[in-house]
Amino acid sequence: MAKGKFLRGASRRSILQQFGAAAVGISFAGGLAACNRQGGGRTVNFYNWDTYIGPTTLADFEAATGAAVEMSLFANNDELFARLRAGNPGFDVIVPSNEFVTRMSQAQMIVPLDRARIPNFANLLAEFQDAAFDPGRQYSMPYTWLTLGIAYRKDKMRGGAVPNSWRYIFDSPQYSGRIALLSESADLMRLCAKYKGHSVNNIPETLLSEIEQMLIRQKPHIKAFHEDDGQDLLASGEVDIVLEYNGDIAQLMAAEGGDAFDFVVPQEGTLINSDCLCIPTGAPNPDDAHAFINYLLDAEAGQKITEEIQYPTPNAAVRDRMPDSYKNNPVIFPPADVMAKSEYGAFEGDERSRLYEEIFTRINAA
Amino acid sequence: MEQTWRQAKAAFAAVAIPPVAWLLLFFLIPMAVIWAYSFGENTGPVTIDLTGTFANYMRALEPLYLGIFGKSLVVAGVTTLLCLIVGFPVALAIAFASPRTKAWLLLLIMLPFWTNLLIRTYALIAVLRENGYVNFTLEWFWNNASGLMTMVGLQPLGDFTPATLLYNNFAVVLGLVYVHLPFMVLPLYSALDRMDRSVMEASLDLGAGHWRTMLLVVVPLAAPGIASGILITFIPALGAYLTPDLLGGTDSQMIANVIERQFKKANDWPFGAALSFLLMYLTFFAIAAQAMVQKRAERRG
Repeated sequence: MAKGKFLRGASRRSILQQFGAAAVGISFAGGLAACNRQGGGRTVNFYNWDTYIGPTTLADFEAATGAAVEMSLFANNDELFARLRAGNPGFDVIVPSNEFVTRMSQAQMIVPLDRARIPNFANLLAEFQDAAFDPGRQYSMPYTWLTLGIAYRKDKMRGGAVPNSWRYIFDSPQYSGRIALLSESADLMRLCAKYKGHSVNNIPETLLSEIEQMLIRQKPHIKAFHEDDGQDLLASGEVDIVLEYNGDIAQLMAAEGGDAFDFVVPQEGTLINSDCLCIPTGAPNPDDAHAFINYLLDAEAGQKITEEIQYPTPNAAVRDRMPDSYKNNPVIFPPADVMAKSEYGAFEGDERSRLYEEIFTRINAA
Repeated sequence: MEQTWRQAKAAFAAVAIPPVAWLLLFFLIPMAVIWAYSFGENTGPVTIDLTGTFANYMRALEPLYLGIFGKSLVVAGVTTLLCLIVGFPVALAIAFASPRTKAWLLLLIMLPFWTNLLIRTYALIAVLRENGYVNFTLEWFWNNASGLMTMVGLQPLGDFTPATLLYNNFAVVLGLVYVHLPFMVLPLYSALDRMDRSVMEASLDLGAGHWRTMLLVVVPLAAPGIASGILITFIPALGAYLTPDLLGGTDSQMIANVIERQFKKANDWPFGAALSFLLMYLTFFAIAAQAMVQKRAERRG
């Protein structure tokens, strides 16, 4: 593994989340952070995840096109959505995940992209040139993809076994008190459905109540529902086995002492997510926004980004330029057989997210 | 002769309009919007129809949510009680300290206010976690005790297992007490500091012991301070959101966490608004109770 080349420090979903969470109230205030410097040259207001860009990408773009990029950060899709809910406060390019691409396109919060202005679309792997969550790639361009899986401390696994089933964290007292799950209702319901042999989508009511019972039964063995800081809980020895995104664990494993940990996508398959580049409705500068999206899909620019963030790339031209230590890293690119069993979670309407949330509230209160 | 505001309308208006406008623009109007939402229905991902429905309140009054309200009341109540027990002697000590020491002690109480709540909470995590300072200290004592026992010919204690101090209700209450203690100490201090010392001297002279003087003289005289301390500790503790989120375990959710999830993950603003307003009514109830205590104390005084 190319240690040291990996991202240092916090993950894209990190401490910012807590600040952001505390700030949901002020999201009304709108475009404060995104105040665009009109009159002072062309600007692209880019609303991105934390630590999710190359070190020189923004400056390189300005040098190439003359348009400056102002980047603001969000911590999760809910924050992004809440921020744009009452109208676009001035962003030109945003990075929602797959489900939110559907949700925001349905709510007409993002606009169709002009493919003619994004010739680097040709760089994308064939399987990313179309997407079920955005048929025909009308609204979004893929930026990265990522999967959920089980991260664990190797020497605490009984008999050195690899916890390659969701059973270990959802339905077994084996690691009682040493388990942390992600505090995301929809992800939990979907992965539990996957464990029960169902698709992550269209989960029937009966299965949902079965899942609720299972998680309530499992609750005494779970130490915490974490706010996407599972890698920290694992690293500090607070828990031994945790539900997390592969990118976060790839970073942990690349850090000093990272040999103690490993990551596995359970045999039942998992949830795939993809973060996508979109232009929100009412973007002040759609021309440069298209140019910027095209630039991010460029082979060289994409390589610099991927070298920094170490997330799986949907870009064939970028992947070809990356070293084997990236291409063959099983944490970044899980084995083909489990990926074949994995799915994207579809946006199934707001009622569905509310139902998942209520079930999660019940599990918490039980 | 003193002027009443009727005689100086222009001056009064100049002074009163900015704060009133501020209150209206940034407090009452946004609150009214949220209040209106609580009678609305979701019609799309970003659209809410104000239909005047009570469905959100009906849902908020289901046993599930009432239970969470109840739990939040208990957690906030325990927090307030602990703050009072810890804060009262501290406030008393500050009130009776020499003026120089008093300034320093007050500074120590207020110092945490100058640090972001989030940073203080993360600091608490570093202290309490299994590889944290509390457990390091316990381990040190454990190993020394173990060594000592071997020295005197006893069986050693065995391996140290770190205490689980985080991700449970204990951690939540500890965190809330830690964060809210200054809110309790400051009003208590100001009440105790203003108190007429001669009353205490009289009580002691006339044969009451220190305990009786404390319970029968100091506490009743400080009652308004205690009531306002309880109030301004209880209200933010009831709405605590960050602390249960970061320090709590799987059964530490409080009502503010549920409200937050309605506004974000569930994207259900009407229901979130209804829960918020129920919480607010509880707060009003607490304020009314405090006002009653205050009035009774004044009547007695």
